[in-house]
Amino acid sequence: MICSHPAGLSLSFAAVEKRFGMRLALRGITLDIVSGEFVALVGANGSGKTTLLRIAALLMRPSAGKVRIGGEGTETGAGIRARCGLVSHATLLYDELTAEENLRFFARLYDLPKTAATCAAALDRVGLSPRARDLVRTFSRGMRQRLSLARAMLASPRLLLLDEPATGLDPAGQSWLGNEIARLHGEGCTILMSTHGQNEVQSAVTRAIRLESGAVAEDSGAHGDVRAILARGGVER
Amino acid sequence: MRGDLTATTKSNPAAEVLWSVLAFAFLALAGYAALFVAPTELTMGVIQRIFYFHVPSFWTAFIAIATTTFGSFAFLKTRAMKWDWISVSAAELATAFLTIGLVTGPIWAKPVWGVWWAWDARTTSTFVLWAMYVSYLLLRTLVDEPERRALLSAVVAIFACLDVPLVYFSIWWFRTQHPQPVIGDGGYLDPRMTKVLLFCWGALVALFLIVVRQRYRLEKLRAEVDALRMEAERRGL
Amino acid sequence: MSLPRSTGVILAKELRVELRSRELLSTTLVFVLLVLVLFSFTFDPTSAEARRFGPGLLWLGLLFASSLMLQPSFVREQANDTLSALRMAPIEPFAILLGKIASNVIFLFFVELILLPIFAALYNLAVLPVLGRLLLVLFLGTVGLATTGTVFSAITAQARLRELLLPLLLFPLVAPVLIASTEATVGLLSPEAALDRVWLVFLIAFDVVFLTAAWLFGEYVFEE
Repeated sequence: MICSHPAGLSLSFAAVEKRFGMRLALRGITLDIVSGEFVALVGANGSGKTTLLRIAALLMRPSAGKVRIGGEGTETGAGIRARCGLVSHATLLYDELTAEENLRFFARLYDLPKTAATCAAALDRVGLSPRARDLVRTFSRGMRQRLSLARAMLASPRLLLLDEPATGLDPAGQSWLGNEIARLHGEGCTILMSTHGQNEVQSAVTRAIRLESGAVAEDSGAHGDVRAILARGGVER
Repeated sequence: MRGDLTATTKSNPAAEVLWSVLAFAFLALAGYAALFVAPTELTMGVIQRIFYFHVPSFWTAFIAIATTTFGSFAFLKTRAMKWDWISVSAAELATAFLTIGLVTGPIWAKPVWGVWWAWDARTTSTFVLWAMYVSYLLLRTLVDEPERRALLSAVVAIFACLDVPLVYFSIWWFRTQHPQPVIGDGGYLDPRMTKVLLFCWGALVALFLIVVRQRYRLEKLRAEVDALRMEAERRGL
Repeated sequence: MSLPRSTGVILAKELRVELRSRELLSTTLVFVLLVLVLFSFTFDPTSAEARRFGPGLLWLGLLFASSLMLQPSFVREQANDTLSALRMAPIEPFAILLGKIASNVIFLFFVELILLPIFAALYNLAVLPVLGRLLLVLFLGTVGLATTGTVFSAITAQARLRELLLPLLLFPLVAPVLIASTEATVGLLSPEAALDRVWLVFLIAFDVVFLTAAWLFGEYVFEE
């Protein structure tokens, strides 16, 4: 297969800590995620998964330690941000705009060429073309999640961060999501996804990390037992 | 501190008491000087003596405001919490001294000029300044997380500082356009009066330094207690 | 992407969102109108008094209205965390603030344009002869209000009691704008119909100072 996509971005944490006043949400996280890895992040609620993802997205400053996206010599700032995508609990969409308007706004913000065509294709890929002109306010949870993923994928990210993306999706939605993410992974995108252990993408995951109370409790590494960790992450509530 | 779970803020009760006694002695002397050493003013009589604390209160308030502004810049640059502690300590004192100034003003004005409040340029501008600092303190009580509180109040303090010359100029120019009968503290100052004025200012500055230091220590101790608690939690104690 | 372009994209989005619901514009308009009418009950609007008090009341009304209208701009971005989407975009952080400042200026100015004839009618003021210069003063004052108000609403969006806190923080800070704009307006509506140069330059200075401050310090406000 001729690989026409640029390589996925690497992501590294060096002794990252995050404090919220009295609460230590992340402690001493040191991780190296290489280009193209598909990492599943599991752990109980409050274990620090969302915080870790927001720091990876460069939305949150660590209280200590450093985050680095891309290796040595990669550009920083806006250039890197353009190649990262985030799907979180919140939809990151404007309820008062239509699906099409939302995507067009982000396409323009990311300075993508051929805005109209790109957005139409994105809507088509997530199966929302019939609802393109409808306000996001009228969408179901599943549809919003699909549009949210479309938004995150619009600029062909090389690092995709997902925070429990399957929450609120029915089984059909979950399997659709699994296929989409696996496809992206197949194109070389680096993926870091937090999950409660649902099985939607178990086959594609290359590495699993379990967080407990803000620290890395288990890390399968590149060749370890992913399923075992996923299972343990799944039963813990 | 991480190593042995002990606090680093040293306490020297003897020195603390000594400094406080010295400052209060200074204040007492200043009070005596204002009441008995300074010559009685010709037109205003005994009530004029309040001027020896009224005017230096404003001067000291400005020192406090300068401290808060400097601390805010320093915090934004270094992100060291100690600058936030300095800023809030100085801001509270600025508010206190401004209040003293704004309250002694009417006490002086009523017997001498017959009105409690003259809406003259200086007093009005100072009132606006007082309002800005009170709202700064209010903001701080309404943001719970320490790091975010420090960041947001630093920005507000800097905006307030930038506004000070604009406030003073606009109110002064307004007064120039709409002059009132002249009410003021008179031009000429007998050399003895100047000496007493400066002495009183010195006493207030000494008071400021003592109190700001204690307030700073209080913030520092609070932060230290929080950090110790977190460390204990981290070790599972 | 350049600052003007990214600001333009965000501004377009702001306008589109507001025009879709029109809730802010309509409520602001009604509010200022109410305030103007209520104020007129507090004094007898004879010609001389109206010229002296009217402009001040107009600006007071606008000040109150802006303190109500500015907060929702950022609260809207919190609902679905779209603020994070904006921060992740490959744009200069200042573009977010500038886009919102620009949209707030446009909304406030739009409200002022509608209010001006009503204001002139209520207080019997001859606005037409000085219309151009009056609009200039309105615009400059609005930029000052919107700039400081937008930055502060980004700050108060992260605090409790934000609707009470925003006016408390904003009003002392924009006192100079209130004074300058009112005085300039009074000057324009006086028999001499003169635009006071000092106040004009002052308003421009205020706007420049705080736009620069927003540029230098604004991004700290979004940090987590």
